[in-house]
Amino acid sequence: MIRFDNVSKRYENGYEALGQLNLSIAEGEMCFLTGHSGAGKSTLLKLIMRMETASQGQVFIKGQNLSRMSNSQVPYLRRNIGVVFQNHQLLFDRSVFDNVALPLLIEGADPIDIGRRVRAALDKVGLLKKEKLNPITLSGGEQQRVGIARAVVNKPPLLLADEPTGNLDPQLSSEIMHLFEEFNEVGVTVVIASHDLSLIARMGHRVITLSDGHLVNDGSTL
Amino acid sequence: MSEVGKPHNLGASPRGAVGATPSHPRRGVTPKTAPVTRTSAQHKPVQKHKPLPQHKPTQRRAHSEGASEAKVQTNQKISSWLRHHRLMASDSFSRVVKAPFASLMTWAVLAIALALPASLYIFLNNAQLVTSNWDGTAQMSLFLKLEMSEKRSEQLADDLRQRSDIASVQYVSRAQALSEFKQFSGFGEALDYLDGNPLPSVLVVRPAAGKINQQEQLLQELQSLPEVDEAQLDLAWVKRLYYIMELAQRMVLALAVLLGIAVLLVVGNTIRLAIESRRDEIIIVKLVGGTNAFVRRPFLYTGIWYGLGGGLMAWGIINVSLIWLSGPVRALASVYSSSFELVGLGMADSLLLIISGTVLGWLGAWVAVGRHLGEIEPR
Repeated sequence: MIRFDNVSKRYENGYEALGQLNLSIAEGEMCFLTGHSGAGKSTLLKLIMRMETASQGQVFIKGQNLSRMSNSQVPYLRRNIGVVFQNHQLLFDRSVFDNVALPLLIEGADPIDIGRRVRAALDKVGLLKKEKLNPITLSGGEQQRVGIARAVVNKPPLLLADEPTGNLDPQLSSEIMHLFEEFNEVGVTVVIASHDLSLIARMGHRVITLSDGHLVNDGSTL
Repeated sequence: MSEVGKPHNLGASPRGAVGATPSHPRRGVTPKTAPVTRTSAQHKPVQKHKPLPQHKPTQRRAHSEGASEAKVQTNQKISSWLRHHRLMASDSFSRVVKAPFASLMTWAVLAIALALPASLYIFLNNAQLVTSNWDGTAQMSLFLKLEMSEKRSEQLADDLRQRSDIASVQYVSRAQALSEFKQFSGFGEALDYLDGNPLPSVLVVRPAAGKINQQEQLLQELQSLPEVDEAQLDLAWVKRLYYIMELAQRMVLALAVLLGIAVLLVVGNTIRLAIESRRDEIIIVKLVGGTNAFVRRPFLYTGIWYGLGGGLMAWGIINVSLIWLSGPVRALASVYSSSFELVGLGMADSLLLIISGTVLGWLGAWVAVGRHLGEIEPR
């Protein structure tokens, strides 16, 4: 699903975020990406989203070489990737429903279909009753679940999460993580960047540890 | 929710068939549609551990998403494209209306910028109408040969009156010409020393209304008559007027271009602010796979609404001013015993005004979107 071939990323200011990284994540896998802040976790996710391009090496998503991808193709890549952000990235000028419906609207889905799929996604994260509310009225955990619903509403084969539990208490954090596990169980490849080591350890999935842009550990334990 | 599992895309008949056949032959073809139907419609009576069967089909669904995406039928794409256009048109319209004061200001600025050249254009049109009446009264003077008798001259005047391209002919005899000349030239006494009357008799011909070149043709024709010594058409002032008109027309055109650019800039700036205020939304839309066209669309419609509103308002301003002016114009015309009425914007001109406002709004939005949307990328 995801393959990094000798990938380096150097920003314009000369900072090297990733150095000669080789990595492969299989279809249907669930893994955690960890490391101290500035280790390159976010850069790695951005390379997958093609928000950044590799300075060296190649990134493949489903066999597609992102460095050879034209800008006009990027939206179609992103439609196959669901993303969950630490700060939710919700729009407060519209309802929960409309927030979740956004990816479907972009895809040009049928309105009836949109209603059905949005409600299915909201049902999945347990927010079906709050679809008409403005997300600003929701708690942090609920907002994060709206973000997750939006990320999965168009059934992307790949789900990325950048510190999805960053601002949540342990109870909520593990609920969110279990939600991700459920998506993984139905075949979605899930990559979660997190520094919540104790939670990660309890989950028992593959853990990729980065340090200063280099892969220092890759295995099922920390 | 149960039957929204949309095998309806496959046509009408399979729906019943799928429900009846236990093997679900179509499942393999469209795994995407399968799970919902299976869990909620078919398997409901069985009530077999609900969560479990949900997993596998969804897994297949997830994998086939990319493939089935590509197979989205063209007409489906077109209809969703049209739907988004409708949605964005109404959404941007409601945004424009929801900020009535700001929108009114923008409309007013655009309306003034559009109304100015348009009203000058109307003014020119009316001036041309007035002067075209004058064109018809341009006079030709036919100086007849000195040896022509009075009788033959009058005969010629009568002949000319029969022609359709001549409105009227006035005969001025040699004696009349002399007395007029004495009266107006101030050489009256000097003329008394002359032996005879040096002035020829004159036919003052008013051609029927026509274009300048037609009149010149008529002039040449009259010139070639054996009785005529010389024919003169005072075209100089007609030409002068014509050139002044042409100059004025070009000035109006230049002004229209300048103010058109002003409309572009005003709309462009307004759209730039709109883009800035929706920055977060643009970033999120780009993150979840919105194409540039998708991001651009609401702003282009906003530009169209501004332009259309400005055009309509300009049209209103012009028509109100015309009504306001029509009284004095009628009074002025009656002093000149003319029945002249102001001619306003016709159907075609009105449409042109409103459409050019709309197009300028759209173009201005394009300029702003092209300049500012590229800068907003998720980081």
